[in-house]
Amino acid sequence: MEIQKTALYNYHKSLGAKFVPFAGYEMPVQYSSGIVDEHKTTRRSAGMFDVSHMGQLSIEGNQDLAAELEKIIPVDLKKIKINQSKYSFLTNEEGGICDDLIVTKVEKGFNIILNAACKNNDFKIISSSLKNKFKIVLHKNLSLIALQGPKSSKILEKIISGVSSLKFMNGNKFSYNGENLYITRSGYTGEDGFEISISNKFVEDFAKKLISHDVKPIGLGARDTLRLEAGLCLYGHDINETTSPIEANLKWAISKRRREEGGFVGYKKIKSDLNGSLSRLRVGVKPEGKIIAREGVKIFSGDGKEIGSITSGTFGPSVNRSIAMGYVKLNFSKPGTKIFLEVREKKHEAKISELPFYKKNYVR
Amino acid sequence: MSEKKFSKQHEWITVEGDIATVGITKHASEMLGDVVFVELPEKGKNVQKEGQAGVVESTKAASDVYTPITGEVTETNQSVVDDPGSVNKDPEGAAWFFKIKIKNKSELDGLMSKVDYDKFTKENPN
Repeated sequence: MEIQKTALYNYHKSLGAKFVPFAGYEMPVQYSSGIVDEHKTTRRSAGMFDVSHMGQLSIEGNQDLAAELEKIIPVDLKKIKINQSKYSFLTNEEGGICDDLIVTKVEKGFNIILNAACKNNDFKIISSSLKNKFKIVLHKNLSLIALQGPKSSKILEKIISGVSSLKFMNGNKFSYNGENLYITRSGYTGEDGFEISISNKFVEDFAKKLISHDVKPIGLGARDTLRLEAGLCLYGHDINETTSPIEANLKWAISKRRREEGGFVGYKKIKSDLNGSLSRLRVGVKPEGKIIAREGVKIFSGDGKEIGSITSGTFGPSVNRSIAMGYVKLNFSKPGTKIFLEVREKKHEAKISELPFYKKNYVR
Repeated sequence: MSEKKFSKQHEWITVEGDIATVGITKHASEMLGDVVFVELPEKGKNVQKEGQAGVVESTKAASDVYTPITGEVTETNQSVVDDPGSVNKDPEGAAWFFKIKIKNKSELDGLMSKVDYDKFTKENPN
């Protein structure tokens, strides 16, 4: 399949972006100032991320739709309020994660944001589960911009009046130059911020407006270091079809009623994980010293037994140290537990850490 | 000190007597982006021309560092291990990686001049 470009491709180029292929799209990995600078700019000020490669799905329907969707998405979609967003996932029969997503209740039904690499498969899963009873659209004419960082709210309020009153994980309709937008207060960096859904036709004009307000463009490189510091999972690495949400330490994302009642794909495995059969857990890992532990690095106990592996790792610019996430056997998952990481055939000491590595307060 | 020479694996080398100083090129440091980790060979280790002699890691990925010449490692630069970011600031100066006692000086003949290396990186930008 030919590589795709987002509507902002030429604008990224003019801003000095370096591109990499990602999930079938030619995406900016960084701009001229580099990943560490982009990361710190987002934590200190405000950064703009083009996340238009992600899937924007809308489904129209009422309470019937909520009941049908609950069969594949384990959140309480009957109780969710209009314009409220929830982090969740699509599960498979084995209780693994087909994709993680953000679902938002809107007047006409639900909007769902999906990972780029999974969106076409997700569309098939959702369509076949809903059996053509509802109108489902994977929007190709919409772009998605994330504005992230402590100055996001002040800046966006100047451009779009009223956005600063949104609470975290809530959205609403707004207008920009007469164009309809849907904006949620959300993101994947561990910072306050917004995600703006806007038509491809107007996105470049809107992006330029943000840049003119001293917002810096940020690439996928810094997006990865930011989300890892915030302890957030990258689909296909930290979570996949073989990891259950309980193993992934994402129990909080399954609504209480759903945990008790079930009624969704893969509940059998999830229920048994909840009831004590859990054998491994996603944890934070802090290597001693500067060694970087990347995906695939094996984790050992003090007495040399293999107890798990790393699923992502990098240098965290804001915590100024090497950080990683991975899965270990349950009895080694307590923060502070001493472990060893095998990097280039040598064992390096590390400790299990609490997540996130970096903590900010969201506007609630 | 001799004129700086360059390898296709993006190392530079200067020679004083029979001791060579080796580091990674400015071009390489720019391609890597922010360097966050450096691993150097142990003192006394014998390394082979074009063989692996160290590791540099950026936020994105790990890359091997090769030696452009055969010989014994006589000294390593601890300051780049302690402050990996210095590789981005002065890759072809203060942020040298290691020194080698040269075994065979004729190996230097196959390396590139600055002009040739600049041409090489223009033709092979990645």
